[in-house]
Amino acid sequence: MIMRYKFEIGCVAFLVLAFILTQLGLNRFFFFAGFAVLQFIMIATAWNILGGYGGYINFGTAGFLGVGSYTSIALIQWSNVSIVPQIIAAAALAGLLGLAIGYFTLRLKGVYFAIATLALAIVLETVVNNWDFVGGAAGISILPTRKPELLGAVIVDRKIGVFGNYKEFLFFLIAGMTIFSVWVARTIEKGKLGRGLNAIKDNEEAAESMGVPTLRLKLIATTISGALMGAAGGIFPSYLTFIDPLTAFNLEFAVYSLAMPMIGGTFTWIGPVLGGLLLGTVQQVAIVTISSELNLLILGVVLVVFVTFAPHGLVGWFMKKN
Amino acid sequence: MSEPLLNIDSVTKNFGGFTALSNVTTEVQVGERFGLIGPNGSGKTTLINCISGLLNNDGGTITFDGHNLNGMKAHKRTAAGITRTFQIPRPFHSMTVMDNLKIPIEFVSGTGASQAAIAEQAMSILETMGMAEKAHQETSGLTQIELRKLELARAIAAKPKLLISDEAMAGLTGNEVDEVLEILISFNEQGMTIIMIEHIMRAVMQFSHRVICLDAGELIAEGKPDEIVKDKGVERAYLGV
Ligand SMILES: Nc1ncnc2c1ncn2[C@@H]1O[C@H](COP(=O)(O)OP(=O)(O)OP(=O)(O)O)[C@@H](O)[C@H]1O
Ligand SMILES: [Mg+2]
Repeated sequence: MIMRYKFEIGCVAFLVLAFILTQLGLNRFFFFAGFAVLQFIMIATAWNILGGYGGYINFGTAGFLGVGSYTSIALIQWSNVSIVPQIIAAAALAGLLGLAIGYFTLRLKGVYFAIATLALAIVLETVVNNWDFVGGAAGISILPTRKPELLGAVIVDRKIGVFGNYKEFLFFLIAGMTIFSVWVARTIEKGKLGRGLNAIKDNEEAAESMGVPTLRLKLIATTISGALMGAAGGIFPSYLTFIDPLTAFNLEFAVYSLAMPMIGGTFTWIGPVLGGLLLGTVQQVAIVTISSELNLLILGVVLVVFVTFAPHGLVGWFMKKN
Repeated sequence: MSEPLLNIDSVTKNFGGFTALSNVTTEVQVGERFGLIGPNGSGKTTLINCISGLLNNDGGTITFDGHNLNGMKAHKRTAAGITRTFQIPRPFHSMTVMDNLKIPIEFVSGTGASQAAIAEQAMSILETMGMAEKAHQETSGLTQIELRKLELARAIAAKPKLLISDEAMAGLTGNEVDEVLEILISFNEQGMTIIMIEHIMRAVMQFSHRVICLDAGELIAEGKPDEIVKDKGVERAYLGV
């Protein structure tokens, strides 16, 4: 009985741990770095739903994240909407974007699909660059809402809040969102949708001929994947407190979102989690110790090593060992 | 005579300026074993693609079991009761043999069934095909005949009314051909209508109730196997004179 709910118990245990961490009065940098690592895991997990299970390489991660970020910014500018509705709206909009992009581009195979999604990210960045309401190319600073409340309880306050400061709150929030994403990915993987997507990845025409509604499944996957990326973007402005199009639509996200699942392994939910954990941690260490250009170079080398020696990622490599 | 199961009426398919099928008209009866022959490049696979929905015909109408298939998506046609095999096997290579069969069962013939029931159905088909001991193998380790049998088994798993086999026997030895023939005939006896495309004349002629021959996209002969064998046009098409 307990074995059957191992995963769910693990999720709850992780959330409890994340909560306890926020109550220990740790250094703010811990939450800043921890947030980044969790956000990486979430992005990798979201990407893998379409890329890993379905075999469609999305190079437009930055576009979905950016739409999420700027949905939040627009809502703050419009009427200081608080963080949870920001994230929900960001997910909804990015999900719709995923559906629309999917509808127009999923007939494109392989590299053409990847190029179309990359183009999307660039187009969206250009739009935001010219939209002054959200700060345009110069970017925008946002102030976290003072004393946010939820169901009557003060969430963030040094004395009476559930969390002592905003960073701790955001850390706990992204922990919950990451766990939710991993749960979604795992549910898909173990269900009919995941099996259908795998068939599409293996051979799309054979899948369609065997009764798999390929277009519908791909649209569901792009929508869910896009929505989760949008949510990961929606929380971003509050975390950074300043955001500009260059940051929100940073094309490095395209590289990272593909690299993390590839390093971890694309065929199971554990892969993106491991890859995200690894690359996220390396990146946080590298930011402190070396430059960000060197950082990308290291990533390149790591990717080449993995593609050559562990084509099925860490998960595949471990499974072969046993 | 009762309504045909499949009605192909003046079907035409062009690839750019090239006409791969030109005004092909024929019909397949319920329960029939139907042979489709013709030299390389004569349009056999193209016709199958038009029936199964991977291609859309440019002209003419295909009707199946009372449904007009024009414009219908391939997976809907599979749900309506048509499945086909691929001339070059296209297994789901990241899955085991068993999981390959589970796809059409889960999506077509056994939608809503429990995983255990789906596995049971898959296993029973593998047993009839003599592949039970391969159930949990990856497809990458399969031999040529095993791959061809998997192709057939996966199509049969969708429980089609009409099974279209595109050269399921190419490259097989005499004994293996007999083995596959026996399997197909036994499914036909359980009520499955079968279209067989084959270059191995002995196999098509032995199998079919009726045969048509395509040449350069045109239907040049239609009849009982013994009539087709004697047909001068068919002989010319194959000898290229
Ligand atoms: N997608 C396509 N685009 C362009 N031409 C095609 C396409 N598919 C088939 N053809 C052409 O149409 C003609 C008929 O091909 P088809 O595959 O139907 O022949 P076939 O009778 O199945 O031959 P074989 O016995 O070799 O399998 C060939 O000349 C082929 O080159
Ligand atoms: Mg052919």
